[in-house]
Amino acid sequence: MTDRDTALTIAGLDKSYGRTPVLEGITIHLAPGERVALLGHNGAGKSTLIRLILGLTHPGAGTIRVVGHAPGSAAARAATAYLPEQVAFHKSLTGREQLTTFARLAGEHPRTVAPLLERVGLIDAADRRIGTYSKGMRQRLGLAQALLGRRRVALLDEPTSGLDPISRHDLYAVVDEMAANGTALLIASHALTELEARTDRIAIMAKGRLVADDSLVNLARAAALPTRIRLTARDGTADAVQAELGGDRKNGRTVELHCTTDQKMAQLARISALGDAVRDIEMVPPSLEDLYRHYCAELRP
Amino acid sequence: MIARLLAIAIAEFRIQTRNRWLASATVLMLLFALALTFAGSAPTGTLGVDLLTVAVASMTTLAVYLAPFLALMIAFDAVAGEAERGTLGLTLTYPLSRGEMLLGKFTAHLAVLAIAITLGLGAAGLAAWLAGGAGTESARALARLIATSILLGASFLALGYAASALSGSGAAAAGLAVGLWLVLVVLYDLGLLGALVFDQGGDFTKHIFPWLLAANPADAFRLWNVAGSQEVALISGMAGAGKALPGWAAPLSLFLWPVLALVLARAAFARVEP
Repeated sequence: MTDRDTALTIAGLDKSYGRTPVLEGITIHLAPGERVALLGHNGAGKSTLIRLILGLTHPGAGTIRVVGHAPGSAAARAATAYLPEQVAFHKSLTGREQLTTFARLAGEHPRTVAPLLERVGLIDAADRRIGTYSKGMRQRLGLAQALLGRRRVALLDEPTSGLDPISRHDLYAVVDEMAANGTALLIASHALTELEARTDRIAIMAKGRLVADDSLVNLARAAALPTRIRLTARDGTADAVQAELGGDRKNGRTVELHCTTDQKMAQLARISALGDAVRDIEMVPPSLEDLYRHYCAELRP
Repeated sequence: MIARLLAIAIAEFRIQTRNRWLASATVLMLLFALALTFAGSAPTGTLGVDLLTVAVASMTTLAVYLAPFLALMIAFDAVAGEAERGTLGLTLTYPLSRGEMLLGKFTAHLAVLAIAITLGLGAAGLAAWLAGGAGTESARALARLIATSILLGASFLALGYAASALSGSGAAAAGLAVGLWLVLVVLYDLGLLGALVFDQGGDFTKHIFPWLLAANPADAFRLWNVAGSQEVALISGMAGAGKALPGWAAPLSLFLWPVLALVLARAAFARVEP
């Protein structure tokens, strides 16, 4: 794979502040149009990684290429969109003026501004000063600036913090639209349940290292986390069901089983053989949260 | 490059007018200039010069303190304040060089300063002319005063950026700016005065002192205004030092300072990691 095929290439990246290592040996590639969730505890190094990609700080070792360009170079910056976690603007400018300034900096015509404000639902507040905006509105303005021009890579740091559910939905609609246009997206977030359905790949960072980088399905298989099967037994048959299948009794009528992905079908056959004794069945595959705990726990002593 | 520089300049000029810096700087300049013009009108008769000449001499003394002060107050927030509020990081992710950003701000801030100085000193000059008359010579002295005040302000704007880029926070930058003002505008002269007294008219007084005077932008400003007009020199009593120097020394100093200070500010800004 050459630099041109990947939107973002990071290889063997190290960074330390003084003697404290913050990032160690980070290697990751993002293809155009790929949506990658970047997970990790506070202090795991997510924000440092983003700042390095933006060229705001410099690595101790390793390389970063943004569509083949060095981070911080004019070409790399023109190709990169960034939405900071705590997005801040000049509060005495209006939303329209601030976005027009960014448009000029990005080399875009100021007439691209109004449609973008419309797109993020800020057109009615466009001529009010940013000082009067709510946090959600500032976040929307931040999103609008990330949509300026044709960016090849977008770095979103906690994009849903401070957004209400409707706004979150809008945000992910924008994310999907950008991905469909070929922008590679790296989304750092804590909102695990949201990301599960919204990303193509999951990268998990712990203590400055990348401990996982794959699709949710592959990660689940590699981790061999069990699928939970919850059975609701007919009155009085719970004991018999447990005697037959094993598992844990949760209450008077519920039995919970754990099984790996390849045992799943065999287990289901045994359950259906019980006939009337089982009234209901619920299957819970390992969630992103389970996976996250699993991969972060591997590093603990 | 020009488009990006202008984008920063336009936004910055809007911010300065909205936060009322433009208005307060102009009013401050005007009030001080008017007060000095009319308070200093007493010696007109005795010296045989028009009121505008006296006003220009008074306003030269005023501008040497006020122009650097206003410039530093506008400039100290430029880097440290933006980094603190979190606006700098996002701006620097755009394809905009740090030099362009600095020059954009410089353009806007210099415009604010030029408007405040021209309106403030110009209005006081106009008032002096209406009240006590003016000649070609004194009108030229006023124009020179306005132009050199803007140049002096430009030096201190750039020094303010350097202070801002070297400081970790807006508060530290404000402190450093006040320190700069105190050293360059007040303490430097006191130090030279002390050395003169100690030297008792020896080689230092004759050969080194005039150059040290020209090396400081505030003193270069005084020298230029004094050297330009015999009458202003007469009133301000600073003619002696100016005569020992070639005519180009003070103007060169005043033109070089903004450039050197901008280079310094750019170098300091390069080390900032927002």
